[in-house]
Amino acid sequence: MAKITYAQAITSALDRALSEDNDVLVYGEDVGVGGGIFGCTKGLRARHGERVFDTPISESAILGSAVGAAMMGKRPVVEIMWVDFSLVALDQIVNQAVNVRYVSEGRLSAPLTIRTQQGAMPGSCAQHSQNLEALFAHTPGLLVGLPSNAQDAHDMLLSGIHADDPVIIIENRTLYFGEKVDVDEDAPVVAPGGARVVREGADLTVVSWSAMMGPVLEAATAAAAHGVDVEVIDLRWLRPLDMPAVFRSISKTSKLMIAHEANITGGFGAEIAARVVGEAVHLLDAPVRRVGVADVRMPAAPGLQGALIPNADSILREILELARF
Amino acid sequence: MTEISTTGLIDGNGALHLRSASPEEVGDSELASAMWVLRGFEERIRELRVSGDVVGSVHLGIGQEAIPVGALLALRPGDPVYSTYRGHGWALASGAAPEGVFAELLGRAGGVNGGRGGSAYFSVPEEDFYGENSIVGAGAPIACGSALAAKFNGSDAVTLTVFGDGALNQGSVSEAFNFASVMKLPVIFICENNGYSELTPIASMVVNPMLHERGDVYGIPNLRIDGNDARAVAGAVGAAAARARAGGGPTLIEALTQRLVGHYIGDAELYRAKGELDRAMEDEPLERLRRSLESSGTTSAEFEVLRDTALARLSAACDRAIGQPFADTSTVYDHLYSKEAYRG
Repeated sequence: MAKITYAQAITSALDRALSEDNDVLVYGEDVGVGGGIFGCTKGLRARHGERVFDTPISESAILGSAVGAAMMGKRPVVEIMWVDFSLVALDQIVNQAVNVRYVSEGRLSAPLTIRTQQGAMPGSCAQHSQNLEALFAHTPGLLVGLPSNAQDAHDMLLSGIHADDPVIIIENRTLYFGEKVDVDEDAPVVAPGGARVVREGADLTVVSWSAMMGPVLEAATAAAAHGVDVEVIDLRWLRPLDMPAVFRSISKTSKLMIAHEANITGGFGAEIAARVVGEAVHLLDAPVRRVGVADVRMPAAPGLQGALIPNADSILREILELARF
Repeated sequence: MTEISTTGLIDGNGALHLRSASPEEVGDSELASAMWVLRGFEERIRELRVSGDVVGSVHLGIGQEAIPVGALLALRPGDPVYSTYRGHGWALASGAAPEGVFAELLGRAGGVNGGRGGSAYFSVPEEDFYGENSIVGAGAPIACGSALAAKFNGSDAVTLTVFGDGALNQGSVSEAFNFASVMKLPVIFICENNGYSELTPIASMVVNPMLHERGDVYGIPNLRIDGNDARAVAGAVGAAAARARAGGGPTLIEALTQRLVGHYIGDAELYRAKGELDRAMEDEPLERLRRSLESSGTTSAEFEVLRDTALARLSAACDRAIGQPFADTSTVYDHLYSKEAYRG
């Protein structure tokens, strides 16, 4: 056990992967000598040498070379500094990486891992604050994970690196420098997938992930004072998607809310809602409620952002409204 | 009379064995045989597309055969090759057996990718042909990754990637040039300049028509060659491969050629100047080889033997492919992920 932050847990996982497998390469913009703009690769260049390196500001080259290196047996772990930058080179993910195995009937594979981070922070502009997980989850062939805590940041990254498929791990920079918590750096590496019930409750289920888990748990605690017993599920992976965990929970609570920081329309909450309505509507006694950012662009000013992004208070209001149904 | 050899580079199944051949020891008749395999394949595919047995967009490389044939003569087994959708010839030159490629385009189970790739996006990894790409400039960064892997593995493999003149105007190619150069990657970029960026003359889409000079700004050695001369191609690729294997980094080769057909089957070719194709026919690689062989004493009839031998082997391969069952629809969900559980 080590007492480390979410960012340090990522460094620890990368360090372990580089130590355990000589085929692992870690690269991207500023990740080598600079240690990453959020410090997630700090010290790795010094420890592992040229397998950790800086690249030009060339997202197509970073992602495309990761596809090619992975096809040839390497385990590239590449950083796309902000998820917004992945849009510059989406071709290499959506047209290239995910087709390699399927189209070749498994003769080839592209086991690359993309690390990126997303979300709004006070002052972040509209091109540095999007939440694009639904876009990636819409892409068959990709595995999509969003760790909400330091242990998951460590474990899910290792799961991704070990998987023989293209993986995107979407971190959230508001989590990087939170409190230091106990992280088991020797945790066994498990296959991607699996939601986690983080708080048990009997009255209502909230499914969430990534940085929204914090305000959701805060709201759940506050709801208890109002007599509403909220169950909270950290979905963790959107692909593969653990719907049985959601069905198990609503078979108990009969009420479902999905909370995410992404925009509502076409957000991943819509997929969960559609699956529940399509496959288990009989378990519900209230309409499915979705909480997210309204369909607007994200302004930079903190006050304006605060008016858009769900927080513990706004989530609590939604919980109480749904509970009254 | 010059001795006619139809063996050596082409086996009984019509598969080419260029990688293990030495360019200096290959005669004109062998070059012609190899190119007839590529040409004959495309002509047969054109018939099958018109008859509806092959469906979808099909991009033929008729007229451009000297580039893949020359390039693969200069490469070795184990050197990865990446092409674009005009890639049938590159696959065959890499060593793919024609039956598997015919079957691929025909949607048969025994296609090189079981019918999943089709004409425009198949691979034959067994022959180090890592695939076509239907995004014109996407293969360049991927090839950089292949070269990166070789570098980290301490292998002396050289990766070759080929794209058209139009692809040079896609950003991914510029990114790949810089990435390859700054990392001194063992990669060869071949630009097949057939004069047309799909349906638009490349000359109207660039200010400097000397496309190879794009290498200058990235510090990449570059040259323009006659792409209808397989020996010139082999020479340039051989020199580039030697430099790459010695740690000298990438090379950009602009190979001038002309496609004698449309961008795709069905292209009305309204962009062609009058007489353009007639002139191109005089300069195309097989016509040149015919003239060269005739000047050294080979008769037209003997040249036709080379063609007919290649075509007969292709025809047999095509018949075998047509005889295969269609890809089994029960397999259509297979191989999306390494584990079935990930589909959840």
